[in-house]
Amino acid sequence: MLETALKGSRTYWSWVIFLLAVIGVGFISYIYQFRVGLGITGMSRDVSWGLYIGQFTFLVGVAASAVTIVLPYYLHNYKKYGRIAVLGEFVAVASVTMCMLFIFVDLGQPLRVLNVLLHPTPRSVMFFDMVVLSGYLLLNILCGWYVLGAERKGVPPAAWIKPFIILAICWAPSIHIVTAFLYQGLPGRHYWLTAIMAAKFLSSAFAAGPSLLIVISLILRRFTRFDPGWEAIQTMAKTSLYFLIVTLAFYGFELFTAFYSNIPGHMHSFKYLFTGIHGYTKLVPVMWICTALAAVALPILIIPQARRNETALGFAAVATFLCLWLEKGISLVVGGFIPNPFERVFEYWPTIPETLITLGVWGIGFFILTILYKVAVSVKEEAIFDKYGERQVRV
Amino acid sequence: MGISRREFLKIAGASAIVGLGGISAIEILHPGQFEASQVSRGPKALVGKRWAMVIDMKKLDKQTMQKCIDACHRIHNVPDIEKPKEEIKWIWKETFEHAFPGQEHEYMGEDIKHLPLLVLCNQCDNPACVRVCPTKATYKREDGIVMMDMHRCIGCRFCMAACPFGARSFNWRDPRPFIKEENKEYPTRMKGVVEKCTFCYERLAVGLQPACVEESKGAIIFGDLEDPDSEVSKILHSKYTIRRKSELGTRPSVYYIV
Repeated sequence: MLETALKGSRTYWSWVIFLLAVIGVGFISYIYQFRVGLGITGMSRDVSWGLYIGQFTFLVGVAASAVTIVLPYYLHNYKKYGRIAVLGEFVAVASVTMCMLFIFVDLGQPLRVLNVLLHPTPRSVMFFDMVVLSGYLLLNILCGWYVLGAERKGVPPAAWIKPFIILAICWAPSIHIVTAFLYQGLPGRHYWLTAIMAAKFLSSAFAAGPSLLIVISLILRRFTRFDPGWEAIQTMAKTSLYFLIVTLAFYGFELFTAFYSNIPGHMHSFKYLFTGIHGYTKLVPVMWICTALAAVALPILIIPQARRNETALGFAAVATFLCLWLEKGISLVVGGFIPNPFERVFEYWPTIPETLITLGVWGIGFFILTILYKVAVSVKEEAIFDKYGERQVRV
Repeated sequence: MGISRREFLKIAGASAIVGLGGISAIEILHPGQFEASQVSRGPKALVGKRWAMVIDMKKLDKQTMQKCIDACHRIHNVPDIEKPKEEIKWIWKETFEHAFPGQEHEYMGEDIKHLPLLVLCNQCDNPACVRVCPTKATYKREDGIVMMDMHRCIGCRFCMAACPFGARSFNWRDPRPFIKEENKEYPTRMKGVVEKCTFCYERLAVGLQPACVEESKGAIIFGDLEDPDSEVSKILHSKYTIRRKSELGTRPSVYYIV
């Protein structure tokens, strides 16, 4: 099937070449980091994780969110998702790959990465994270590729794939729960030490993932002959909406606990993020942009007339995705380190090479996504659908 | 008979996965095969079951503190990096209000608030850093010392996030150019690994007290908590001592008399 990715329009090739250029610049920046060390980033003794681990955390969520498409389709036989289930799985493949790359570029001694396997340490959450992420990647490649292959041949997928699909569905939340456990089990980091972290991770993931798929679906509708289906897009919008509301509620619960209990340690990070402390305010604009984006996205998604407007929906989906990216991809990780264990403030802001490496990894993710989607779309452009949006299998 | 490229790739891929998984399986089922680096004890070695330290701030003046710091950093080839962002420190001065956040109050005199204390790795009995390390590069020895294997560390910095005491430093770049006078008796580090105080395990192995203890003119007392006759045990029994953030349950082995 991969050969279909080698034939494409001028727009397709321009996009691919653009991505390759971004990857190239990121790679050169990584060589620089590899030679000099992580000192080229904005991270420090006090904020020892930054943009890389933030992206990793956010993208684990995007990967897990494939379940919001795959579960209704396979477990509830929600036919409208028939056309896009594989798109969700391929987003998962690209996201998990990016996650692994972000961990890799964050390592001080990347060539020793296999030590994690040579000296497996089950008590370390990071060891578990690696196990569940690799498993999830393999499951999604298997399920996505196999089902698409069957669709191309015009036959229903064989029964043996079903258990793997069910396993992938159960597996999806686990990757994000384990990622939350990286943070929420650490003593002395008040901003992370909260039992609701895993729940908030899942809810924000299930809002961000569908919003990304909405944007992708709207692009596919415009640029290819494949239509993911208006009804499917509307359902994803509702999924995104409900989980966005839940996420905001969870965040509100955190604020209540911190400020009603009035325990200084619990309030510090929130104060740093929203107002700044001791005159240190680098992340304040980030948090308020994040808040504004949520305030814009919510009414559009809630009001049915607005949600059914293609342009407004696209706008709301982009706003939701960016809002949750700012929250989880930047403020969550950095905010947890500020103030430091001595209650001193050392701020963080990514450097240019760090940003280029980050863009490079995103470039690789979008490159994988583009190739996989090109294959999927080529297969699906040939398809005939019935009125439920289910593919008609040629007998 | 030949195999197609497709089949070859399938077999090779599967073998790689099984091979890597196999090593992990051996380690989990039969642990201890690949233990991290250790130092062998000399005949005069100091032997203890749980090493601990009491820092008597009443006896420590600023100059002595600086001597302790300098001795430690000189012996252990700790680089002198001015940039606070990339600073590496094993033992350093921190004011009371920052070393014991939450213990200060607004009526406290400035001299107490800003009283400098010596802080270092607490060699916790229940160390969060050891719990999170994905490669066992940081591990607890039987005598309670929380060790670092610089050759195993992958530089993920999970331990730095886990340590509630800010005791760990990371080599953000090659530290060697920043070492003023290299001590050939102790290894230098490379970029990309985490390091911290190790209670001078290398000095204990040859019967010496930790460097800071030696420089402190009796203000820092080092000994075995499990031995009721040791000086540290006697002090802890008779005097009021405090530990940093003891409420977190990591059971620090560094006690303070303030």
